Amino acid sequence: MNKTRKAILLAAVVAALATAAAAAAGTNLSLVAYSTPKTVLGKIIQAFQQTPQGRSVSFSQSYGASTDQARAVAQGLKADIVFLSTGDDVNLLVDQGLVDPKWNRQSYDGIAADTVVVFAVRNGNPKHIKGWADLIKPGVQVVTPNPFSSGSAKWNVLAAYGAERRLGKTDKQATDYVQKLFQHVVSQDTSGRNATNTFLAGKGDVLITYESEALAARANGQNVQYVIPRQTMLIELPIAVLKNSSDKDVANQFIRFVKSPPAQDLFAQNGFRPVDKKVAAKYADKFPARPGLFRIDDKYIGGWRNADKVWFDPNKGRMTKIEQAAGGPTSG
Amino acid sequence: MTTFLSVVVLLPIAALVFSSGDQGWHQFWSVATGPEAVASLKLTLGAAVAVSLINAVVGTITAWVLVRDDFAGKSLMNAVIDLPFALPTIVGGLTLLTLYGPRSPIGIDIAFTRTAILLALLFETLPFVVRTVQPVLLELDREAEEAARSLGAPESRVFRSIVLPNILPGILSGVALGFARAVGEIGAIVLISGNVPFKTEVSAVFVFNHIQSGDQNGASAVALVMLAIAFVLLLAIGGVRFLATRHERDA
Amino acid sequence: MRRLGLRGIAVFYLLAVLLGPLTMVFYRAFERGLTPLWSSLSDPNTVHAFVLTLKITAIAVPINAVFGVVCALAIVRRRFPGAGIVNAIVDLPLALSPVVVGLMLFLLYGRTGWFGSWLEAHGIQVLFATPSMVIATIFVSLPFVAREVVPTLRELGDEQEQAAHTLGASSWQTFWRVTLPSIRWAVIYGVVLTTARCLGEYGAVAVVSGHIEGKTETATLRVQDYYENFNLTGAYGIAIVLAAISVVVLVAMTLLKPKEGV
Repeated sequence: MNKTRKAILLAAVVAALATAAAAAAGTNLSLVAYSTPKTVLGKIIQAFQQTPQGRSVSFSQSYGASTDQARAVAQGLKADIVFLSTGDDVNLLVDQGLVDPKWNRQSYDGIAADTVVVFAVRNGNPKHIKGWADLIKPGVQVVTPNPFSSGSAKWNVLAAYGAERRLGKTDKQATDYVQKLFQHVVSQDTSGRNATNTFLAGKGDVLITYESEALAARANGQNVQYVIPRQTMLIELPIAVLKNSSDKDVANQFIRFVKSPPAQDLFAQNGFRPVDKKVAAKYADKFPARPGLFRIDDKYIGGWRNADKVWFDPNKGRMTKIEQAAGGPTSG
Repeated sequence: MTTFLSVVVLLPIAALVFSSGDQGWHQFWSVATGPEAVASLKLTLGAAVAVSLINAVVGTITAWVLVRDDFAGKSLMNAVIDLPFALPTIVGGLTLLTLYGPRSPIGIDIAFTRTAILLALLFETLPFVVRTVQPVLLELDREAEEAARSLGAPESRVFRSIVLPNILPGILSGVALGFARAVGEIGAIVLISGNVPFKTEVSAVFVFNHIQSGDQNGASAVALVMLAIAFVLLLAIGGVRFLATRHERDA
Repeated sequence: MRRLGLRGIAVFYLLAVLLGPLTMVFYRAFERGLTPLWSSLSDPNTVHAFVLTLKITAIAVPINAVFGVVCALAIVRRRFPGAGIVNAIVDLPLALSPVVVGLMLFLLYGRTGWFGSWLEAHGIQVLFATPSMVIATIFVSLPFVAREVVPTLRELGDEQEQAAHTLGASSWQTFWRVTLPSIRWAVIYGVVLTTARCLGEYGAVAVVSGHIEGKTETATLRVQDYYENFNLTGAYGIAIVLAAISVVVLVAMTLLKPKEGV
């Protein structure tokens, strides 16, 4: 073998050893998340890597529409941790045997952070949108993602319905409201983030989205104004470990870290409402309270299992009928 | 070679065909003719037809200019034509978005409209007709044209009666290739069209979304239709080639 | 006058559809200065995306080059029944949407697919990992070398090969010393086209990749990632790198193209 060939072979062996060493040195956690929390999770991961448990942990991250991501994991997308936007999507994984059914008995009911449903509007709010009733005024164009692929859209639907019920409407009237709302919808992207981009590109008068997303757009220099309606829903963002994770201990350590004060602080600085009450108190003026705030377990919604059956069942759910009537998508 | 071809091409096609028929062809048909699927197919085919017509005309003009005309920068123009073949489709879509989207410097914003789809497809299918007509024009014997001209026939007549019949097979195969490309395009469309079901959702995006949402049946139904269209187009191109060269074989 | 008119139409069309937008992208990429551009391009996940694209291309191109030559030889030199069908199958990836390719791979290698349970039982990850992306890229870039070599082989005729054969050369020697040199430029041109296709692949890998940053994002997927995360500079940055590579490829294509003359 001539000199050049020897040198190349040696280099290859060294490179292979180095890669093997690097791989063996630390753990790699695969984090599959919904479409919008990339910035804040990036910061939380960095903070985690400064801690003794996180020092030699590297992360692979994938972001996309919440329900689509859950389905991808069900189809084999490797994940150690999922951070999705609805408990419904975590339940999808529970039903596939991929997540422990007791996931929501962890601290804070398995929730990492909160946010609320808001209306993002054009600068100066030219259409004077304040509450749900304004969304179905003539000529108002609404942007929301597709409820069959996006977690954000599911929250939007339930918030719309719940708000009407809490204002005294009957089940039928509230459902009719949702139908009217979707007749004003001009775009249904697959994910919350795509809907934000569509709105920012000039489509529609109002975008129904997460408060965290409106703040994220603002932080990115976008000219976004938002309104928190009086009747709105608390969006609880779940985090869970996968049963077949090969690094369950480290994964659980990360999840614990996510719920600890340093990470909760990062959430608050990046537009999310912390679940940790002490941290939340520090940022109280950034996140206005709403008297009409209700949760998924509200008596009119009845929790995710019930909401999924009533609203999002692909064959018999109310959203399927509403979409058909409005000429919208009846699947993700 | 046969093993390679079978594993890489035939096996996946078999998977598509048989999975579609999995729950019975009746079920397949009802999904394939569902409103959203049909809307996407109508939009896709309509756009492909429109784009093909434009390409047939502009492509022929461009080929003509490249072969019969001479001017500074012609070889540059010739080289540039192949750009859509070399450029990634998603970059193509992004470039169109910069000039004709929300922050357009010339004030033209067609993002999220059907026009955007047409524009993206025109970009991606631009080279086809030009490249299939060019070689034919080059080889064309000019004697007949010269004769007709010297007999006093106007240019348009010369073109229509003498040139056109000869370059028609070239135009047709270019159109067919471009049509096939237009039906299947996703990269250039996905950023610029808005992908609104029933309004600006093409079939490729329909299939993509339905795969992501786990609706493999819905995706397969439309995908199978797209596969069938691709086969038909290939047969058409082969047929055109066959007819066009038959005089060579007969000779 | 008509001449100018036609020329004008052609030039205007090319400017409006091709060159105008391309210039805009370069402008927008540098609009905010070099720092944000550089930080997006030097982001480790972006670097990895470029590396992954190159890796996949480095695997797919040689495979398709070899296959393309073998296939062309079979179609042109051996009269076997079904040569026409083989020709059509090889051409199929040109006419088929890349998302349909991605779907087919899902149906084969997904958890509920034909090989899904076998792969899971053996812990082999095909979907949402590099293997499926390589398979997808091989499929979509399959035709180019074959399509370039077939007409060249046809035109050349096989007298030289026959001569070599009668002089006692083995099949391999004939191929290596006689056939290959004569189709050399067709193969090279085909390889250039194949490389361009591999570098630019989007639809099929978008379906199968799982969009795992730093793992299964190619350069084209990264463009979409940046775009969707409000990082327009980053998106344009990757776009101009890919565009610059495309221009190099375009130059190669122009110089190597079988001479049709202009």
